[in-house]
Amino acid sequence: MISAIVFLLLLAASVWLFSKNVHKIRRNILLGKALDRSDNPALRWKTMLLVAIGQGKMFTRPLSAAMHILVYVGFVLINIEVLEMLVDGAFNTHRAFSVLGGFYNFLIGFFEILALGVFIGVVVFWLRRNVVKVKRFLNAELNGWPRFDANAILITEMVLMSALMLMNGADQNLQARGNEHYVQAGSFPVSSFFAPMMSGLSDGTLIFIERFCWWLHIIGIFAFLNYLPYSKHLHILLAFPNTYYSNLKAKGEINTLDSVTDVVAPNFDPAYQAKTDPNNPQRFGVKDVLDLNWKNLLDAYTCTECGRCTSACPQNITGKKLSPRKIMMDTRDRLEEVGKNMDKNKGVFVEDGKSLLGDYINSEEIWACNTCNACVQECPVNIDPLAIIIEMRRYLVMEQSQSPAELNGMFANIENNSAPWQFSPADRANWIQD
Amino acid sequence: MKEIKVRTISDMLASGETPEILFWVGCSGSFDDRAKKITKAIVRILNHVNMKFAILGTEEGCSGDPAKRSGNEFLFQMQAMQNITVLNGYGIKKIVTGCPHCFNTLKNEYPALGGNYEVIHHTQLVQQLLDQGKLSVQGGAFKGKKIVYHDPCYLGRANEVYEAPREVIQKLDAELSEMKRSRAKGLCCGAGGAQMFKEAEKGNKEVNVERAEEALASNPDVIAVACPFCNTMMTDGVKYFNKENQTKVLDVAELIANANDL
Ligand code: SF4
Ligand code: SF4
Repeated sequence: MISAIVFLLLLAASVWLFSKNVHKIRRNILLGKALDRSDNPALRWKTMLLVAIGQGKMFTRPLSAAMHILVYVGFVLINIEVLEMLVDGAFNTHRAFSVLGGFYNFLIGFFEILALGVFIGVVVFWLRRNVVKVKRFLNAELNGWPRFDANAILITEMVLMSALMLMNGADQNLQARGNEHYVQAGSFPVSSFFAPMMSGLSDGTLIFIERFCWWLHIIGIFAFLNYLPYSKHLHILLAFPNTYYSNLKAKGEINTLDSVTDVVAPNFDPAYQAKTDPNNPQRFGVKDVLDLNWKNLLDAYTCTECGRCTSACPQNITGKKLSPRKIMMDTRDRLEEVGKNMDKNKGVFVEDGKSLLGDYINSEEIWACNTCNACVQECPVNIDPLAIIIEMRRYLVMEQSQSPAELNGMFANIENNSAPWQFSPADRANWIQD
Repeated sequence: MKEIKVRTISDMLASGETPEILFWVGCSGSFDDRAKKITKAIVRILNHVNMKFAILGTEEGCSGDPAKRSGNEFLFQMQAMQNITVLNGYGIKKIVTGCPHCFNTLKNEYPALGGNYEVIHHTQLVQQLLDQGKLSVQGGAFKGKKIVYHDPCYLGRANEVYEAPREVIQKLDAELSEMKRSRAKGLCCGAGGAQMFKEAEKGNKEVNVERAEEALASNPDVIAVACPFCNTMMTDGVKYFNKENQTKVLDVAELIANANDL
């Protein structure tokens, strides 16, 4: 009885806390500017199915894809068992779903195999980060919290999976002894290997181990849930909306700024009707997170910090400061900062003298980009770091007139000669005679 | 070499004719000495198949790509609208470009500003001509040679044209070799995003050196490209490794024109 009450309190607290944090993240994302991504739902569902559920973009790297599938499928399916734990916890039952009979035995056995798979997967991941030291996990932007975050989750998963096995091991022994609470249920293809090692323990010790692991597992799940909002592991939820709202246009297309069209078009067409509201002038480009659109911000929260983008970036490969992963991490960090500022100030953002461009990202990073789309192509959850880079260039050029001198020269040439170099437009067709 | 025949659109319309297609030459193809050769190779192919095409001539202006990618949306839209006014004025429907950057901009970014055309890249046109049997390749000069193809970002990833240039190269009876980073995983030559017009930021290598190194790894006879900017970058990269005598950097259009002795 007591344990059921404790359990229900914990459950309620963790769900409450989680929904509070989700609400904040949603609010933060919606701080972004409007953008219409409601077209073509059929293609959007398909993209989500392929990229998020099917993990279609992971397979260009087979080893991490295989391990990730293992952990992902295991994680999702083992949560069915957590459902049973919730029922058991609330009603003080044991293995409530065992009424399913043979199918239940199959499920439990299957979960054990999955749990072993997850365990192996996370060990491989941990080794890749800490022993093999795969290059994309070494960049400076991962120093400190991001590296801790990655390892913390891996270790937590190891602990959770071990707890599950140990619990089943103790359970088996208790079932074999005919302990009345421990009904005969489940099959244990993995834990039966070490269950005999526990056979010398007393009933009391076994029950303690079984209960301890049960609580560890379920509290671990609650903790994990509430850790998500602070972690790159938020991608396990946001990968779905983020891929649904993917950019469906050709990657080469950079959006047209209507506010600029409103200024330029009347020179060509006197009857032109403005598209933006002249009474609400917007900054050209992006200086801070609030200038970004909601999809840019959703991108930032979805980033898995995997570094596939950065490891494909020609400028990063050749030692430049630019790292598309850092662009996304900085955007999230700054957005979190803005969100906290709002929490402190009754929901309104109070100017803090900081901005994404300048305090987090500097112009050296922004100007290095080749707009080659390698980062966009590589991202397993369809994030677009390039969109943010372009917007920052727009701010630097159109609001600050702070482009590199050589680019200013190129602009002047285009303006005067209609070519990026100093040639006369009258000579444009001279190649015919050359 | 035979003389090339090129007419401007104004000329053609004045004599009551309409072109099948407009050839958008681009700034590089108009002014850069190396790129002009590519332009002429494209023209030779078009002449060879007797295609009725026209150029804008002095009425063509920069597509605005480098301005747009540098964040100068004002300048981009000025250029785009000027070009659109000219193109629409001549009633242009179909365009072939000699440069993937112009191709991308005209195809994807002009429609929002009132310029709606069917735009193809010259490698696509050559592939179509080969497919339709209007053009054939006698193998010739490149038979048995090792050719490695470098994907331009704005043809490849940006617009997912990966096969057309490869299919054209395959017609040469050459050995088409692939770099590890090819197609969607292709590495940029280092020119895109207006980097062509500025010094690189501080780092430990130039992007074109990284890419040329990869392309040269298999000791190819030819590095085939499909973009005048890639051509410049890869040519410089090959020179950096002092391999210009062994490995030539050639556009896909030049391969076809040379093989056919056009
Ligand atoms: S688009 Fe820019 S940031 Fe992305 S990979 Fe290319 S150079 Fe790097
Ligand atoms: S942007 Fe995409 S590829 Fe880059 S680190 Fe984030 S999830 Fe990985």
